[in-house]
Amino acid sequence: MNKSKNQFLAFPYIIWMIGFTVIPLLMIFFYGLTDRSGNFTFTNVLAILSADHMKALLLSLALSTVSTLVCLLIAYPLALILRKRNIGTGSFVVFIFILPMWMNFLLRTMAWQTLLEKNGVINSLLSVLHLPPISIINTPGAIILGMVYNFLPFMVLPIYNVLAKIDDNVINAARDLGAGSFQTITKILLPLSVPGIISGVTMVFVPALTTFVISNLLGGSKILLIGNVIEQEFTKGSNWNLGAGLSMVLMVFILISMTMIAKYDKNGEGTAF
Amino acid sequence: MTQPLIDLVNISKSFDGDIVLDDLNLSVKENSFVTLLGPSGCGKTTTLRIIGGFISPDQGKVIFGGEDITKMPPNKRQLNTVFQKYALFTHMSIADNIAFGLKIKGKSKGYIQDKIKYALKLVNLDGFENRSVDSLSGGQQQRIAIARAIVNEPKLLLLDEPLGALDLKLRQDMQYELIRLKNELGITFVYVTHDQEEALTMSDTIVVMNQGYIQQMGTPEQIYNEPENAFVADFIGESNIVDGIMVRDELVEIFGEKFVCVDKGFGNLTPVDVVIRPEDIDLVEPEAGTLKGIVTHLIFKGVHYEMEVTTPGGYEWLVHSTDMFPVGKEVGIHVDPFDIQIMNKPASEDEEAVGVNE
Repeated sequence: MNKSKNQFLAFPYIIWMIGFTVIPLLMIFFYGLTDRSGNFTFTNVLAILSADHMKALLLSLALSTVSTLVCLLIAYPLALILRKRNIGTGSFVVFIFILPMWMNFLLRTMAWQTLLEKNGVINSLLSVLHLPPISIINTPGAIILGMVYNFLPFMVLPIYNVLAKIDDNVINAARDLGAGSFQTITKILLPLSVPGIISGVTMVFVPALTTFVISNLLGGSKILLIGNVIEQEFTKGSNWNLGAGLSMVLMVFILISMTMIAKYDKNGEGTAF
Repeated sequence: MTQPLIDLVNISKSFDGDIVLDDLNLSVKENSFVTLLGPSGCGKTTTLRIIGGFISPDQGKVIFGGEDITKMPPNKRQLNTVFQKYALFTHMSIADNIAFGLKIKGKSKGYIQDKIKYALKLVNLDGFENRSVDSLSGGQQQRIAIARAIVNEPKLLLLDEPLGALDLKLRQDMQYELIRLKNELGITFVYVTHDQEEALTMSDTIVVMNQGYIQQMGTPEQIYNEPENAFVADFIGESNIVDGIMVRDELVEIFGEKFVCVDKGFGNLTPVDVVIRPEDIDLVEPEAGTLKGIVTHLIFKGVHYEMEVTTPGGYEWLVHSTDMFPVGKEVGIHVDPFDIQIMNKPASEDEEAVGVNE
């Protein structure tokens, strides 16, 4: 293969990247750093410091952090169990976990809306059983539930991928040297799966931080996350400049997460889908 | 002093209906170097894993120093394992790898430091404490795996094909290293390999296994010179295994010619297997030999020539000799009586299954 031919093959992707990544990104920067008449300004970025925006950002950070931790707590033991199964059943269980991902994200979230509503499926069932109804819908709890439900596979897969690659004999060796089951997990499996954990955390934290669909559907319009604020600036508020400026602030958090991945997951093991 | 350290009693194990070990009994004396030798799938690794506690047997008992440890988890057993492909902890430094077992046992810092130094010296890797696992060669990783096991002062060291991934030269060096370690430490080694040369070089006792059965157990000399059946003869070194008829004591007929041998008690006119090592065949002038044949292949092997001599029945005898006979030359085959090994033919199909059909 000569070099010029290879470069030719990369051409469509370069067009793609320029058209769908670079240009939109530059437009965001342009809108974010200008006012409505096109003059350079930092106002849109600094607008994050206003009380309303700060509250939304902190709430977003809090909810996505909690969701990420819950996902991690559910996913890690699950990945450990999957690792123990033999390959056949292991991949079947993984398949079951990925299955909901094939359905539309909106549909899945709306399904939760139906389940959690005041007169929804869960409360109907509870009333049949003569139990008091629960009111989760339109609370931060419902949003966390939605986030965990939607993003859990993104936590399970990278951790499972890393764990599955650990040689059985490494675990046997730890046992052989006197480590009990718990010590084997804390001293061997946990440290060896750090790349998977980091990429799982990032893959849950980033979409959870930026989501506005989950908070719209399960939080009603009462709970505003930073994603909702930005969405409203672009749609209802028609203030693209402010929306873009706030997006840039959010981007900083995403860049921090990406740097963490790059640092810990040098071989790309954790993201091997 | 030489009471058994490990006793495997009536051990059976099957995986998904396949019998891997069938009623196995094995006794390992303290301070010996025992090698489990056999082709892949013969059950040798399973046996080692049962001793290590990673697999529990379906039936039978594992007795260690007089105590039944069949149900004991691996972390409670007073033995350590050197795994195939080393299984080092890649997220730890060399020192932390070696210290792993000692830290879990709660030994003092000073003790651990001394032990790391001592172990690295023992495996000729002084000063490697802070190196990372990835920066070591295969041979060095293997030595660290050994060091990691022996710092715990096990009574028994299990080695699962530890040299399998190394190249020939390194493997030979490590064989001597292991013998030296064994003598310096005075602990019992149970070693698993499919490499017969490795087994012959290092062991006090070789246990030849096939298809879940022990075929023969003995010193390397016994195994090589007096194989008990055709499988052992075939697996250990190269052999000519031919059909023969025991005419009477000390006389066997092969391809219609009578050879004097030293074996007795097979009865008269009994069909037997006859095993003759290639280096035990003397090629002589056609008239001087018991059988006549023609040299059909000739390869120079360095130390000796490897030849194939075809006798009238069509059998190709493998011959190793320092004398060269050109292809096409007619030669006589002579074998000294004590170089002929006579074995009973397998009596049933069951026994046949444990035979040469590997």
